[in-house]
Amino acid sequence: MTPHVFQNHWQSHWQNHWAQALLDPAGAPPPGVARQAGTAPDRRFAVYRNNVMVSLTGALAARFPAVKRIVGDEFFDSAARAFASKNPPRSPLMMTYGEEFPDFIARLDAASAVPYLADVARLEAARTRAYHADDAAPLTAADLAGVSQETLFDLRFVLHPSLELVASRFPVVTIWAMNAGDLELAEITDWSGETALIVRPALDVEVRRPPPGAAAFLASLAAGDRLGDAAAAALAQSADFDLAVNLAALFSGGLAIDAAAAKDDPQ
Amino acid sequence: MRRARAPLQPSRLPPNVGLGFKPEHFAAIAAEPQPLGFFEVHAENYMGAGGVPHAQLARLREHYALSIHGVGLSIGSLEPLDRNHLARLKRLCDRYNPESVSEHLAWSSHGGAFYNDLLPLPYTDETLAAVISHVDEAQTALGRRILLENPATYVRFEESAIPETEFLAEAARASGCGLLLDVNNVFVCARNHAYDALAYLADFPIDEISEIHLAGHFETFEADGSPLLIDAHGCVVSGAVLDLYAGVIARAGPLPTLIEWDNNVPDWRTMRAQAAIVQERLDHATGGGAKSAA
Repeated sequence: MTPHVFQNHWQSHWQNHWAQALLDPAGAPPPGVARQAGTAPDRRFAVYRNNVMVSLTGALAARFPAVKRIVGDEFFDSAARAFASKNPPRSPLMMTYGEEFPDFIARLDAASAVPYLADVARLEAARTRAYHADDAAPLTAADLAGVSQETLFDLRFVLHPSLELVASRFPVVTIWAMNAGDLELAEITDWSGETALIVRPALDVEVRRPPPGAAAFLASLAAGDRLGDAAAAALAQSADFDLAVNLAALFSGGLAIDAAAAKDDPQ
Repeated sequence: MRRARAPLQPSRLPPNVGLGFKPEHFAAIAAEPQPLGFFEVHAENYMGAGGVPHAQLARLREHYALSIHGVGLSIGSLEPLDRNHLARLKRLCDRYNPESVSEHLAWSSHGGAFYNDLLPLPYTDETLAAVISHVDEAQTALGRRILLENPATYVRFEESAIPETEFLAEAARASGCGLLLDVNNVFVCARNHAYDALAYLADFPIDEISEIHLAGHFETFEADGSPLLIDAHGCVVSGAVLDLYAGVIARAGPLPTLIEWDNNVPDWRTMRAQAAIVQERLDHATGGGAKSAA
């Protein structure tokens, strides 16, 4: 017996009707729901429709708490419902649900008064990915003890699998921290852009705010550039970039898990 | 005709009370040995690559029997099983070697979308064939006998032609799977669909039961004022459900019994107190023979 034999008429089937009706809050219940004395099929089917919507919007609220705090419960719920009804999960792994929510927020006219909202959502989405990312032991300075100065600049680092950078033209880390309970709510006077560094060297997800040179350095390393090229990229971004300090931070912060001397560039 | 194949690993949880594991209880659980038969987790919550979920589950696994309870395989769908998801479930089982693996007589995926709810199916020859085929495929992939759980439902289908107990019995007979009897689901369905819970339980294939689930439900109302029960897993198990449970145990003998409390999750002391109440019913109904695992 093979599963495909059940598919031949599925398009006219109860399951297809149910799938359509579940995400349509105004639609009629699917055909074929039995009537029972004293009960209303609409109300009975609405239990499922409600379960689905509450579970999906609840998953978004759990993943994007700072976004919710910024816009308030009512606005968030309305945005989450609009998103969920058009973008149901594509996988049974609810930990991955909402990957497209930041882009959805960016396109949302009603959120145009809070232009930094989508970047806060990107930061929060990255935190969940980091929470579930693979475990890996960070590289220590001792691991590179025997590496000569020339070879050092040719090293390519493998950064921690949880590590992500979220670059923003807004002070995204400051705004997130204030709405995640990590910083007191206060008026923001410096609206310079910030890059968020999200990483989970052990079990706790950390959100850091590297200065522009360090952010450029990490972005370059993450792209697979040699250490020498990453340092040059950082210096181009920020003249006071200090390679020794940032190399030490790579180890003390648990940001890298491996390094290997680059072979000749393939180009 | 059944294919010849390697024997499936059976479900072998200890016949005592277990609790659904919630991460917020981890510190309290780790602080001292818990007098529980086992812990149960939802498979999908542990399908990430690493981090806290696996660190906690690995610790738990060192000390307790484990039940992996899937909520996303969509066994009751007419579509083929999601092979990627089945492969993830296999990796999880290979990693933790649980005493039991279970899933639901329900569907949750269709047309590439996942609805994150346990949705009902009509009971027909067609859906029965699909369920048997899916259970067979899952068991073959996992190398394990899985348990299939009776659902909590709010609607019935006009085209349903097979009673639920008969549907489950035939699915178990044809696929070789075991059954997970959720007594709260029986109570909720009996009330919602106006039938007798005791009659349902009398028809249930009792020899196939390898685990029992208990949970709390809440009561809402129809437009005409008649009650509608919602299987919400957000409060203590009702006295009526405990009475049904005691009747099942008196007939079937001691069985691994899980208390599910997934919403409004209380502190660990409250969870333990609920487990103690159920363990007492379990011991009493079986003449006090079953001992708690330390």
